[in-house]
Amino acid sequence: MDAQQTLRTEVEQLVRVHGRGRTALMPILQDLNRAHSYISEDAMLAVSDALNVPRAEVYGVATFYSYFSVKPRGTYVIRVCRTISCAKQPDYHPAIAALFDELGIGFGETTSDGIFSLEQTNCAGMCDQGPSMMVNEDVYIHLTEASVRTILNECRHAALAAKKAQ
Amino acid sequence: MDPKTVRGFVGNKLSFSEVAPKDGIRMAAEMAPEDVVAIIGASGLRGRGGAGFPTGKKWEFARSQEGTPKYTICNADEGEPGTFKDRLILTDFPELVFAGMAIAGRAVGAEFGILYLRAEYGWLRDHLEAALERCRGANLLGKAILGNKEFNFDIAIRMGSGAYICGEETALLESLEGRRGDARNRIPFPVQAGYLGKPTTVNNVETLAWVPCVLVKGPSWFAAMGTRKAPGAWLFSVSGDCKRPGIYEYPFGTSLRQILSDVGAENAKAVQVGGASGTCVPPAQFDRTLSPGDLATGGSIIVFGPGQDMFAVAENFQHFFADESCGQCIPCRVGNQRLLEAIGRMRKDGLDTDGERNVRQLAQTMTVASKCGLGQMSARAFLAILNNFSGELPGRA
Repeated sequence: MDAQQTLRTEVEQLVRVHGRGRTALMPILQDLNRAHSYISEDAMLAVSDALNVPRAEVYGVATFYSYFSVKPRGTYVIRVCRTISCAKQPDYHPAIAALFDELGIGFGETTSDGIFSLEQTNCAGMCDQGPSMMVNEDVYIHLTEASVRTILNECRHAALAAKKAQ
Repeated sequence: MDPKTVRGFVGNKLSFSEVAPKDGIRMAAEMAPEDVVAIIGASGLRGRGGAGFPTGKKWEFARSQEGTPKYTICNADEGEPGTFKDRLILTDFPELVFAGMAIAGRAVGAEFGILYLRAEYGWLRDHLEAALERCRGANLLGKAILGNKEFNFDIAIRMGSGAYICGEETALLESLEGRRGDARNRIPFPVQAGYLGKPTTVNNVETLAWVPCVLVKGPSWFAAMGTRKAPGAWLFSVSGDCKRPGIYEYPFGTSLRQILSDVGAENAKAVQVGGASGTCVPPAQFDRTLSPGDLATGGSIIVFGPGQDMFAVAENFQHFFADESCGQCIPCRVGNQRLLEAIGRMRKDGLDTDGERNVRQLAQTMTVASKCGLGQMSARAFLAILNNFSGELPGRA
């Protein structure tokens, strides 16, 4: 089965879970975005056909929400909160410096090994316990330079272990 | 991930801890729906999302609509910078929120509810699904709730995907319907034509958590907590330069000075009340009170200590709005971008009379001509900072 056919089968499975109506569009895109770390052009075409929603509208939705991406991203998407209560914490800049140093990339970029993407996010709702960041769906609080390095190392080990298991 | 690990600090006893969700649902099950609406109306409960619309009135409108089915939605897209009370409520009291939704359903005649949870709180989803299962198991959700054959209600959780604008109720509805989060025109209001064009109530997490409390303890208990014009209490999210950031419950009419003293921030230089779309209060106004008639708020308090550069604060907020504008209308899409650029310039070069007139005009245009609350409110913080702290700009000292 070619890649496109595999995606169509996957989308059909998601339709069975979420339904075929327009209200299923967000949940289906969310599942695809989570499974592949992004929503590919082939995925958008498959969703468009399965739900009978115009392609431009699927693309419109996929590019509106900041948690969706239409470009490939790393296994772990890191989103650092940049809103005021986090950004004014003394540990904020050291934590970001540690991210840059460990990953060797800037915001909006993905590491060459495909493990990490680094992004910024607006208020993650952790204002009382900042600085904070999300790693995929989990949230990390009271970031310091040291804790950032520990978190990244744990992700790296998990990613390598998963690769070995394959 | 266990939500309790990021629960944070709670500064005083919360009224929510005194009420069993089941008791609220039982009362609603035994009451006529119109009586439920009447009690919520009599309590004076207002929406806790920021707009402060009377909850009883919203439900009355929805109840009087003929279209079916009707829907009850909980807005858990808490995205206003500095606001995290819904996070705490969903961590500690999810069943109370679900009870509030079921009671809303009973009141307006809806049998299906949706909780729209922001993507940033995705780690709460398993915790909430488990709470939903407990409610179903105890017959607090489902068919014939607590034996009343006419009381059927269930809830689904739907996720956002990272868009502040979806906290605006009509943008939230668009998102639920599988579209971009573009705010709708009103009229019609969601209570007339909301989710899928059907009558829909959209209430904030905290509002819904208060609902079973009001039923169980009575509207007069609730009203006794606040002032005559603004009954009840509110959960405040306190962050920034203070010794004890966290969640605090205060009755309406509490002074800002009192709160600053409780959280350990007596030396504050300024306080942002109501999040990025709120206003920035200088020390001369710390005796003002938190209530709809004075300092209206969505419950967010961000403290700025003596060392803070207030125009860096304004730039951070402005960056937020330029980023989160949905792009649908020009005053908001272009205005927020231009204002962001202007703040950057004035931080570097100062602000002359012409420049000041221009930014004030721009702010006025955005406030008057933007389609929804995002653009209408986004210049507020900047204007308050300009009015009170312009001495911090280069050449103004």
